[in-house]
Amino acid sequence: MNDNARFEFLLRMGDNALVLAQRLSEWVGKGPVLEEDIALTNVGLDLIGQARMWLSYAGEVEGAGRDEDALAFRRDQHGFRNLLLVEQPNGDYAETTARQFLFDRWHLLALGAMTRSRDERVAAIAAKAGKEVAYHVERSSDWVIRLGDGTDESHARMQRAIDGLWMYAGEGFLPDATDDAMAEAGIGPDLAALRAPWREGVAAVLAEATLALPADDFAQRGGRQGRHTEHLGHLLCEMQFLQRAYPDARW
Amino acid sequence: MYAQMVDTGLNKVVDASQMSPQEQAFQARIDADVKVEPRDWMPEAYRRTLVRQIQQHAHSEVVGQLPEGNWVTRAPTLKRKAILMAKIQDEAGHGLYLYSAAETLGVSRDDLIDDLHAGKVKYSSIFNYPTLNWADIGAIGWLVDGAAIMNQIPLCRCSYGPYARAMVRICKEESFHQRQGFDIMMAMCRGSADQKAMAQDALDRWWWPSLMMFGPSDAESVHSAQSMRWKIKLLSNDELRQRFVDQTVPQAEYLGLRVPDPALRWNAQSGHYETGPIDWAEFQAVLRGHGPCNRDRIRVRKEAWDDGQWVREAAMAHARKRAERESRAAA
Repeated sequence: MNDNARFEFLLRMGDNALVLAQRLSEWVGKGPVLEEDIALTNVGLDLIGQARMWLSYAGEVEGAGRDEDALAFRRDQHGFRNLLLVEQPNGDYAETTARQFLFDRWHLLALGAMTRSRDERVAAIAAKAGKEVAYHVERSSDWVIRLGDGTDESHARMQRAIDGLWMYAGEGFLPDATDDAMAEAGIGPDLAALRAPWREGVAAVLAEATLALPADDFAQRGGRQGRHTEHLGHLLCEMQFLQRAYPDARW
Repeated sequence: MYAQMVDTGLNKVVDASQMSPQEQAFQARIDADVKVEPRDWMPEAYRRTLVRQIQQHAHSEVVGQLPEGNWVTRAPTLKRKAILMAKIQDEAGHGLYLYSAAETLGVSRDDLIDDLHAGKVKYSSIFNYPTLNWADIGAIGWLVDGAAIMNQIPLCRCSYGPYARAMVRICKEESFHQRQGFDIMMAMCRGSADQKAMAQDALDRWWWPSLMMFGPSDAESVHSAQSMRWKIKLLSNDELRQRFVDQTVPQAEYLGLRVPDPALRWNAQSGHYETGPIDWAEFQAVLRGHGPCNRDRIRVRKEAWDDGQWVREAAMAHARKRAERESRAAA
């Protein structure tokens, strides 16, 4: 088995969680209602915890002495392996909700498949994370329904958010050589097989939310191979500032 | 976080001869340490004062998310980021318990928030100071939460049941916050010269505002005397401040940091530290709105509230639609 593929695979999982957690932490103190401040931070905290598990394991697999923090704070954007979807800016509450919803539904399916991984460590992380993400799915789906089937304004905003992010929603179903190697080794999921159940779940929620399923299934890709949107570099500038400015410090 | 200088709306302490029989019975229950509960009769001034105090405290928790939020996106390690997020989440939770405690007194959370945004009520002035380096996050936990705990532990025994019970939960979490703050300070003080300088800079900026958190000396204050009579304030501002100084100075020494007070000295006779004079003109100026961050803190909160208006409306509209559908289905 190719350990470089396994390292890449673990980075992809860790970076999704890390980058989305970073976006959610930008909401601190600015949510639409106090309960949502708590919920957003709660989801962010789950994701940070997951990022730490994936990245620690990635560092061990790599065997080059990098720990979770070296991986999180000392890689430039081309070293990041997250989906383009999770690095998109927060926008309004509809955009934050749409991003979360589209990702959560992919995330839960991917983790569910990984609980059967032949890599026991992967299976254990997926099982733990899956319990948290089941709640994330419930929460983000509820909000899509609430905002879609709320007022005229919220409906319009929610539809615009889904339409705007839709081209980033499909990247998680487009396997490359790394994914093929991981699926063959029984470590990672068969990504293409996740598309149908994902689409079915998303369509059901959008229908209940009185929202239209976008027709154009064109998918941007590149994040998982290190080719990102312009947004990621700025996110990293902020997140990595202290480690970059004071490389010898111990925090 | 906590409330400062709460107005009772009275201009002198009410003594027993001026009380109605109902008020006398109320005071007798308080004197006997019986908790007041929401459905119990209470003097209007007691109710209003509690609303002001709990409201200030709740707003402090909510506004207090902002100076820490200023660094949560730049926390230096994943572990520190996770701890800080958990702490901020606790604070939002404290805001919720406290708004709920205030609501038991017949006010609504939305009205209280309107009062905050209209500048009618204060939050703790400490949050009108900026967080400029990472050690500020340590200093907030160590000093600001440390000062808040001094004030809040006695409030666990205050006369109003829902407030006292909220405070028990809050104090448990605050002591974790203070420990995490001190842990950041230790790492900074054991770290590089740059880190040590950040830690000293943070202490230099947060020391005096932390002492001011307890409020001016209240020996002469009618409001404090009445609040103490009602047992919604249990110790004087000066007593609490002295406890804080006595606890904190040795901690600063342990960290190898210099407390920015040339007059600070240990009095072996009294067994307490003596501090130099506090610049109350600065405190009053910050209270009037002239602190470094007063304008930004309220602006950010108002923007968040206004930007969230459509979300709250949508949630209400959806709930109404759902209830209508359910009642139609049941019919």
